[in-house]
Amino acid sequence: MAGLAFVWFFFSIFGHEAFLSLSGARSYLQVSSEIGILAIGVTLLMISGEFDLSIGSMIGLSSMTVTLLTINADISMPLAALITLLIVLLLGFLNGIIVVRTGLPSFIITLGSLFIIRGVTIASSKIITGRTQLGGLETANGYNIMAFIFNNDVQVGGVAFPISILWWIILGIIAFVFLNKTQIGNWIFATGASKETAELMGVPVFKVKISLFIVTAFCAWFIAMTQTTTYGGADVLRGEQKEFTAIIATVIGGTLLTGGYGSIIGTMIGALIFGMVRQGIIFAGADADWFQVFMGIMLIIAVLINGIFRKKYVTG
Amino acid sequence: MEYLEKNMSQVENGQLKLTNIYKSFGSVRALNDVSIFTEPGKIHCLLGDNGAGKSTLVNIISGVLTADSGEYLVNGKKVNFSTPKQALNAGISTVYQNLAIIPMLSIYRNFYLGNEPIKNNYFKFMDKDLAISTTKQELTKFGVTVNDVKRPAGTLSGGQRQCLAIARALYFGAKVLILDEPTSALGVKESANVLNQLVLLKEQGINIVLVSHIIDHAYDVGDLFYILKMGELAGSYDKNDVSSKLLRSILSK
Repeated sequence: MAGLAFVWFFFSIFGHEAFLSLSGARSYLQVSSEIGILAIGVTLLMISGEFDLSIGSMIGLSSMTVTLLTINADISMPLAALITLLIVLLLGFLNGIIVVRTGLPSFIITLGSLFIIRGVTIASSKIITGRTQLGGLETANGYNIMAFIFNNDVQVGGVAFPISILWWIILGIIAFVFLNKTQIGNWIFATGASKETAELMGVPVFKVKISLFIVTAFCAWFIAMTQTTTYGGADVLRGEQKEFTAIIATVIGGTLLTGGYGSIIGTMIGALIFGMVRQGIIFAGADADWFQVFMGIMLIIAVLINGIFRKKYVTG
Repeated sequence: MEYLEKNMSQVENGQLKLTNIYKSFGSVRALNDVSIFTEPGKIHCLLGDNGAGKSTLVNIISGVLTADSGEYLVNGKKVNFSTPKQALNAGISTVYQNLAIIPMLSIYRNFYLGNEPIKNNYFKFMDKDLAISTTKQELTKFGVTVNDVKRPAGTLSGGQRQCLAIARALYFGAKVLILDEPTSALGVKESANVLNQLVLLKEQGINIVLVSHIIDHAYDVGDLFYILKMGELAGSYDKNDVSSKLLRSILSK
């Protein structure tokens, strides 16, 4: 919270006045919503004690698959999106089942799947189309329906806000209620805090973890659909490094890397900070490269604070 | 309250009988022909040095491990637990030394872990108000007064954590309570409180199995003593037939 206020004031003072306008808000909220939707899945998974580094490559795979199915296989785009969703959910399931069955760190397993998925996406795209970028979705069958869901505008005060902001808020509320008010929410916290104890108390920790890998994959698919409808096409490299930015937003939001503690509201604030910094730097007229430096520093500070907080929190 | 009654109905009293239990890990024989019998209203102490097989026996009783051979009867009925949940449903609850409580989780979430009260069956919403008020009330029965049960359980003292785990076990219908080194990390006063609670529970007809290497604590409250050595039962003694001095000498032999 303090971090959010700090960032906002920082760019209000040093930034351009456009940062404070509605179109300024539109600009950073769009960035925030995209990273925020992804970070919702990442947060739930991280609280349960796992990582998924392959989500970025799942975005590339989803955007390529849906475009290929729509244009090359001439399937209606909503149906293509549905098939893509099934593929991606299956990949999430596979990530999950491999992690829980082998007991290996998810960091390593999903680092592997990151490369596999990205490699398969690039290679098959080259084999099928001879290219790594595809376009022309706007005129495709069923594009209108998809664009209505993922690439619409909501007018607020004469400024067209992208619908992804609304989706971010809706998904955030659902995840918040799920995590804090339901039985499974309790299981997620317990699984991440102490897998052994949770198991002894009868919590199905494997099922919890696998489900959350699937939820994270769903979030990647969701972002891929937003991007594909926005750009009217696909790029095999889409989603690159998104896995890291989503983790940064999550950690800045106060979720512990080791699991067992975290919040959706924190993550949404983290994503908001992320968007503000990225667009704020542009508004301030500085080179956008400084954004990376800024986020890196924020991440390290956040981890330090989280660590201190955790010690205090647990021992009282 | 529904699930509480459901759990209770599956348990008549709590009598455990394990006969000729064998368990090996690879070439290491952890338990070799061990038989024990425990009944309601008594405190049974499982004594032995490190590596004597106490933990293995506890893990078999609580469903974490399955015996290689031997018979396990609960209330005279043969059982074959493959998960801790099955043992819990049969009224057998184990309080582990380090794994009883999750420090990062709030007190009431710990209390209801795995048994969350559900308000809405479709979405599985937790009934937080009920969870909070019941947790407070049940903890008070064990002499633990906590104003805010939304605090992380890590803020409780070691003795309070043990009481939380015991209160939870009993609330969810435990008839057999297994305690793994409940006092080994506690101060004198807190140990005394936990041991007193065990005596009260025994008087209420709970079957208690106490695993400990602190002979004084065990002797203070125990009725029956099972001594394990190198995976074998080295003897079982009634409190009337043995002094704490004698127990100590048997153990250190």
